[in-house]
Parts: sequence; structure tokens; C-alpha cells
Amino acid sequence: MSSTRHVDRQSVAGAGTGPHARFGIAPHTCAACGAAVMGGERRCGRCASPVETPAAKPSRPRPQGPALLAARDVHKSYHKGRHVIPVLRGVDFQVREGEFTAIVGQSGSGKSTLLHLLGTLDAPDQGEIHFEGNRIDNLKQVSRDILRNRYFGMIFQFYHLLPELTTLENVLIPQMIAQGAVRYWWSRRQHIARAKELLEMVGLTHRLSHRPRELSGGEMQRTAIARALISNPQLLLADEPTGNLDSQTGREILAILHDLNKQHGLTIVMVTHDNSIAAEADSIVRLLEGRVEIQ
Amino acid sequence: MYKLLLSWRYLRTRYIALASIISVTLGVATLIIVNSVMAGFSAEMHKRLHDILSDITFEGPGLDGFADAHWHMDQIMSVIGDDVAGMTPVVRVPAMLSYRYNGRYVNQQIVLIGIDDATYAQVSDFSAYLKNEHNRQQLDFQLKEDGYDEGPDGLPKSGWPWRRTRVAYERSYMPEPVAQVQPSPGSPPASPADLEPNFAPLPPPSEGFADDGRSFDNPDLPVGTGTLTADQIGMDPFSSVRPADAGHVFDEMRDQHTGIVLGIAIAHTRIRDPNNPEHPVHDIYLCRPGDDVQVTLPTAGVPPQPVAAKFTVVDFYECKMSEYDSTFAFLPLSELQQLRGMIDPATGIRSVTSIQIKLKEGADLDAVRDKLRARFPATQYPYRIQTWRDMQGPLLAAVRLETTILNILLFLIIAVAGFGILATFFMIVVEKTRDIGVLKALGAPSRGVMSIFLSYGLSLGIVGSGVGMVLGLLFVAHINDIAQLLEIFTGEPVFDPTVYYFNQIPTIVNPLTVFWVTLGAVLIAVMASVLPAFRAARLHPVEALRYE
Repeated sequence: MSSTRHVDRQSVAGAGTGPHARFGIAPHTCAACGAAVMGGERRCGRCASPVETPAAKPSRPRPQGPALLAARDVHKSYHKGRHVIPVLRGVDFQVREGEFTAIVGQSGSGKSTLLHLLGTLDAPDQGEIHFEGNRIDNLKQVSRDILRNRYFGMIFQFYHLLPELTTLENVLIPQMIAQGAVRYWWSRRQHIARAKELLEMVGLTHRLSHRPRELSGGEMQRTAIARALISNPQLLLADEPTGNLDSQTGREILAILHDLNKQHGLTIVMVTHDNSIAAEADSIVRLLEGRVEIQ
Repeated sequence: MYKLLLSWRYLRTRYIALASIISVTLGVATLIIVNSVMAGFSAEMHKRLHDILSDITFEGPGLDGFADAHWHMDQIMSVIGDDVAGMTPVVRVPAMLSYRYNGRYVNQQIVLIGIDDATYAQVSDFSAYLKNEHNRQQLDFQLKEDGYDEGPDGLPKSGWPWRRTRVAYERSYMPEPVAQVQPSPGSPPASPADLEPNFAPLPPPSEGFADDGRSFDNPDLPVGTGTLTADQIGMDPFSSVRPADAGHVFDEMRDQHTGIVLGIAIAHTRIRDPNNPEHPVHDIYLCRPGDDVQVTLPTAGVPPQPVAAKFTVVDFYECKMSEYDSTFAFLPLSELQQLRGMIDPATGIRSVTSIQIKLKEGADLDAVRDKLRARFPATQYPYRIQTWRDMQGPLLAAVRLETTILNILLFLIIAVAGFGILATFFMIVVEKTRDIGVLKALGAPSRGVMSIFLSYGLSLGIVGSGVGMVLGLLFVAHINDIAQLLEIFTGEPVFDPTVYYFNQIPTIVNPLTVFWVTLGAVLIAVMASVLPAFRAARLHPVEALRYE
């Protein structure tokens, strides 16, 4: 397949001092040239000399092995009448387990489209999406539904809570979708306890029975985060989670995401157009005219 | 679970959708009401038709009938004996009824039915509709001293007490008691000269007399009833009814002619009295039990000759089928056969015009009729063998057609409501596009999204038709109160007893009909939601999420 253009966060944050160090997936240094090498890379990015595998260093359990999520030469275009508008023209990148990846780019650069493709909401015209080494873009509809429900969590710019449901019910929806009515009913106590736990984690214990329209933007996004986490996903896909919030609230939301990433090792892929927000991520995928911009 | 939760929430928060099912509600309620009332009417009608007609009628040709009913009855027994519950010979003949009202004679066309009082009760529930409680037990064509359903809503003063009051009143105007010799049965018709005294006009009776004659109980009036007690006449007024010798002097005061039972509508009118809210319907009886009437009927043979005979009205019957109530008069079969000369003078064999057959419970009417028709083929025998359904076929068919058409029309109304639901649902799906996208993004399968809207439609249908069912049943249960209420508001009688002869609107709620109507409405609601639900399921999650 095509080469993996992995953009390393280290080039921005500097070796050893980046956020990796804080949650135990710190990079190591290339013995040959001294450049920082991401965990999981078997060769140094600069001099291509082999590096030590992290398995040899159990004290620093940086998750390694194949990428959790990878896009390989993904193409996607939209049809508007007779015009074909290409959005993605061969996107290649991968996300490793425990990584906080930011996808940045200007409006119309296709970052949301890419996120939708990663989240199997849409299928690429060409190319492949891999999750845990398995191709997922050509899965059957049913399997993709299960994948989104159990392995992926999603949050959106406009929160997308269901207006008829309370905060607690909104958080519980993925579990209700995952299980039949009877099974859900039998295990509802346990699900509700878990949902309350998550809401407590995002700081919303006092808003359990409120409807979304009674919540502030920040509270809605917290609810959406709790909803995304209820099924213990391996991957959180965030589509401009702070795009509709004031900077203070946006910071709080980002703090929650970073906390999740650090404390729980949750892999996060976040789309944003804000470079300052992206700068805090472990790695940045910069999209330009439908391709990943090489940095 | 989310499907139930969401459809429940949509049901509770989308009042516009509830408005769209009001027509379903009304349609279901109307269907239940119409079906109940129609069922009530036709059940009443069937019952009355059937009670008077018996199950199968074995009819001879014309008015002269056929000889020897017993031979025919034996033959019938040998063919369908297992199914027969009872049989009775009957003579049916058109006749003229003459009676005196306000001193004037009224002629009216009737159908005379000669019945065998011993066996007629086996085939027909005719006696249940009589107005005298003794006659309801066993009809014997004797005028009764008491037991008539008298009262403000029933008959006026009737029976022997009325007869004595009337005769005493008439005699007060005619000092010489009018006595006449009882005509022996089968005698030639009375000449006009014989009838003349009866035609002598009386002075118009007082208001009280015209009303119900009860004013004659007032001792202040010149004719006291004290002289006419049963003690003085003899406790058994029937002992002298059929005098053994032809020379017996007939005393109207204590003798009666052969009894006749008239349909209540023959000599009766109903008027509405708006000034009397207690009894808005006022009954006026032109003659009543205790009065004498004259019947002119054709004899058997060619050419038919008119014969006239006097009868005493001993009772009324009221089956509330106006066709029957206003034409049928019942009298003893042997009397009618004698009058018409239907007894063979040489052999004494009597003729009848038809045999009425009552079948056992559960017998197949049409099969039995076909067996009889096979025994008496139309090519050989001139008999008409018909079930009561055959005889009232057009009427029953008309009622059935009416019910069917009403049902179709009302279901069309519900179908129209279905299109309303369809439109509303499309709107809701459009409104919920983003939510659908979210649900799909969260992993809800298309089937799940579809079933949200299907179960929403189902619950709307259940709510709509459930409310409609309750409304309809409540309406049916209180239909007479509602009719009265409407009467107050509109000032027009909704259900006019002078038209229908029913005082109450009859209703029968058939649970199966209610079930099917409700189920049909729910199905229509579900079907109306199929298309929007399908559309919701087919929404692309990305497009839906992007939808503003």
C-alpha cells in the first residue's frame, strides 16, 4: 500500500515534554540521529534506522503495534447536479491507540468528510479505512452500525442531542440501541448507574432530568461526551467539539477530552479549524485541498 | 428500547399529530355508533318479522287455499319431521273492518288471519305482543275483565268494564235496548236493513268520553256504574257468550261476539302534543278491547261473495312493525273457515290457505325449505314454500345494503384521515431529520429508525381509535339521552316515536364489529406511517446530520 505519512506530534511539542509523557506513552529517541520517534514506529522518521521496540521498555508502556485507525488513499467526491466536486483526493494517515489526533484544515478542506469516512457514516469512493487492522469501509451496513455503536464514540459541533429526551436518556441512547428492549430493561439499573458516573465525570450531576433546550452549550457538549463514552468506545471522533462554544467553555470541553485521553488512554480524533486547539494534540493531520499536507 | 422511548416521547410532545388523528377517532366512533344502531334496528326488525311470520310458510294458491291441512302436515312431518318444532294451519284473507267512532262508521282494509289458538303459539311468539296479560299466557279470544295494559302510556280503559260503560252510555241515549239475534256462523250476510240501527248517529260524546271514558266512573253523571257491577251481571260473563240456541237474545252488556285481536295501529293514531312535556306522544284509540267491530270478508268459491260478521275486539297486539300492526287482525281459525265456507259440507274437511312451520333451534332454514320444495315440486303442486327471510327478502337486503354502504363510506373517512396522518408524518420526519442522523451515527440500524416511526404511527392509531372506541361506546350507551339533548337544542324530534313506533333507539354493540373497526383504523394509521418511516430509514446519516 501507499506509504504512511504519519505526522508526529513530537516535532511540535518536543521530545519528552509533550503530553505523551504524562500518560505513559512517551516516545523514545532515535539512537542514530537523536530525533524523537513515536511509539510503534520501527524506524526513525529522519534517518530510517531501526529503533528499539517499546516492548523492550515495559516501564514506558506506550501502545504500539499497528495503528488503531488508518486511512489509506481515501478519495471522496460529492455530486452536485452534473458537477463532481472532489473533496478528498488520496488521504493517508493513521491514528495509534491512545493518541490525540487533530485534523485541521480550512473550511471545505474535507476534514468533516474525512471524519465521517473514518466513522463509517459514509463510504469512500476509493481507498480503504482500517480499524484495528481490519478494513471497515466495505463492511455491511449492520456491521458498521454495530461498529459505530460499540467501538466509536462521536461528538459534534452542534451537540446533536435528541430534544425529546432528558440528559440521562440522551446518554443512555447508545445502550438502548445496542440492546433489545427486554435486555435493556433488565440491565437498566447498571446502565443508569454508568450514565450517572459519566455525567458526574463531565460535571453534570445536577442536570440529569433536564431537556437539552434547558442546557447551555457547554452542558450539551458535556452530555454529548458522556453519550459518546457510555459504550466504552475505543475511539472518540469529535467534529469541531468547541466550534460552537465560547473560548472559555471550549477550553473546558477540551480539558475533558485531554483528560480522557490521558487518564483513560482514549484514542481521540478531533476535527478543528482552530490551530491553537490543534496545537495541544499529540499529532496533527493538516488537510489541504483534499490531501494531507506534509509537514 | 429507544424506539419505544422515542415514539412515546413523540406521542406526548407532538400535539399536531394528535390533531391529525382526530378524524380517525371520529371515524371509529361514528362507525361503532352506526353499526350498533343499525344492528339494533335490524335485530328488532328481524325479531318482530320472525315472531309474526314463523320460520317457514307453506302457502296454497290464492285465497281459497287447499283442503285437508292435516294430510299436508303429516306429509311435511314425514319429510322434515326431525327439524319441526311446531306447525299450525292458517287462513289469510283480505277483509274490510268497520267500526264506529264518534258515532260514525269507519271502514278500513285489513288482512284477516284465522289462527288455531291451540297450536299457533307453537310457531310464533305472536302472543308475546298482546296487550292483555292473560292473553299473553294463553289466547282464548274471550274479552277479559282485567289485565289490559292500561295507563297513560298504554291502553285506555278496556275490556268488560269499558264495554259495560259504553253500552250504558249508548243506552242512555236509546231507551229501548238494542237487542239482536246473534248471527249463526256461516249465515248469509246481514242485510243493510239489519245493520241500520248500528248506523244510527249518536250525538257527539262529551270530551271525557272521547278521551278515555273514565269520566263515567264519576258517580255524579246520570248513568251510574254502580248498577253494572260484576255481581249483578254474574261473575262469569263468558257463560252466555256462545248461546246454545239461536234464539238467545244477545245482550251487549253481558255477551260478546267472537273475539278478534286487532293490530294496534289499525284503529289508532299517534299525535304529538307539544304542550304536554310529560307525555309528548298522545295515543288516540278509535276502538279498543270491549268494542264491537264488523268485518266484511269474501267467501271462498267463485265468485267470492261478501259476508259480514260482528266481532268483539278482545285485545290488541303491537309488534312495532308498522306493516303488521296496521293490517293484521287475528281471529279463531274455525270461525273464519265457517264464515268463508271453507268446510266441505259432505266430508267436513276444512281448507286452509297456509301452514306455518316453526323449526327447531339450529335447523338450516334454506335446507329445510329445499327439502319441502323437493317433496312438493312446483310443477305438480301449486304451493309456495318460503322462509321468513325469503318473504321479507327485499327489506332485509335493503337494510344489509344500507349497513354495507355506510360502513364503506365511514371507512373511506378513516382512509382520508390516513392521508392526513401521512402528511403529518412526512412533516415530522423532515423535522426530525437531524435526530435521525444522530441516531444512525450512534449506530441505530435503518430498521430501528423505521420502527420508531412505525411504532409512533401504531401508537397514534391505538390512541386515536381507542379514544374513538370509547367515545362510540359511550355514545351508544347514552344514545337516547343524547337524542333528547339534541331535541332540546334543535327543537326537532331526533327520534320521533310517531314515526318509528319505538320509544327508544335500539342498539346492539357487537364486540366483534368494534374489534374489527378499531383494528382497521389502527392498520390505516400504521399504513399511513409506512411511507414516512421508510423515508426516515433511507435518510443518509451524513446528509441528515448536515441538515439545518
